[in-house]
Amino acid sequence: MSTNVGIVIVSHSPDVAKGAADMVRQMVGDDVPLAWCGGAPGGGLGTSVEAIMAAIDRAWSEAGVAILVDLGGAETNSEMAIEMLPDERRDRVVICNAPVVEGAVMAGTEASAGSPLEHVRRTAEELRAA
Amino acid sequence: MSATAQSSVVIEHEVGLHARPSVKLTQLAKSFQSRIEIATAAEGPWIDAKSIVKVMGSKTPKGALLHVRAEGEDAETAVQAIVALVERDFETA
Repeated sequence: MSTNVGIVIVSHSPDVAKGAADMVRQMVGDDVPLAWCGGAPGGGLGTSVEAIMAAIDRAWSEAGVAILVDLGGAETNSEMAIEMLPDERRDRVVICNAPVVEGAVMAGTEASAGSPLEHVRRTAEELRAA
Repeated sequence: MSATAQSSVVIEHEVGLHARPSVKLTQLAKSFQSRIEIATAAEGPWIDAKSIVKVMGSKTPKGALLHVRAEGEDAETAVQAIVALVERDFETA
C-alpha cells in the first residue's frame, strides 16, 4: 500500500472523472493511489454516495485521501460519504476547494512527493489565489 | 553542512515550462532536502521550485534561460539534477 496521500475525483460525468484521472496518471505517475467515480447509479449525469465511498476505499492510504469535486451535488454527496466512513478514517479525508481537473493534477503532484494531507489540500487550493 | 549552488540552462522544450514539464521539475525538486528556487532572470523574482502551482504559474516559455539555485546539504546535486532534467527535455532518466 502506498504511503502517499490518495486522490479521489468525483464528477457528475463519468467521462470527466475518468479523463481527469487519466491526466493525473499520465502527468504525475503511479506513485499516488487514485480513484474516480461519476454518473448517477441508473445512468446519466449525477453522483452517488455509495460510489464515492467505494472510490475512497480504492484510493485509501494511511496518509489519507483528498477529494476533488465538480458541482454542487458532488460536494454534498462527498461530504455525506465522508460522514459515513468508519471513525478511524473520517478525519483523514478532505474535500479540496479547487477546480476538479487542475486541482487533481496539483494535488497529485504534491501527494507524489510524500507530502501530508493538509499540504496536499493547500496546494490544490493555492490555485485559486495564483 | 550547508552549501549553495547555482546554475542556468536554456529551456528547449517545445512548450516551455508548462504542465507536464512543471510536474516533473517539481517532483524532482521535492526529492532533495535543499531549498531550491528557479528564476527566468538572475535578479529574480525567484520562485520555490517545490511549489507546483508557482512553477506552472511562471509560464516560462521555450528559449528562456532558467536560473536554478539551491541551498542545503544536497544543493550541488540538486542543481545538477534539475539542469540535467531540462537538458534532456524533461524526459525521464
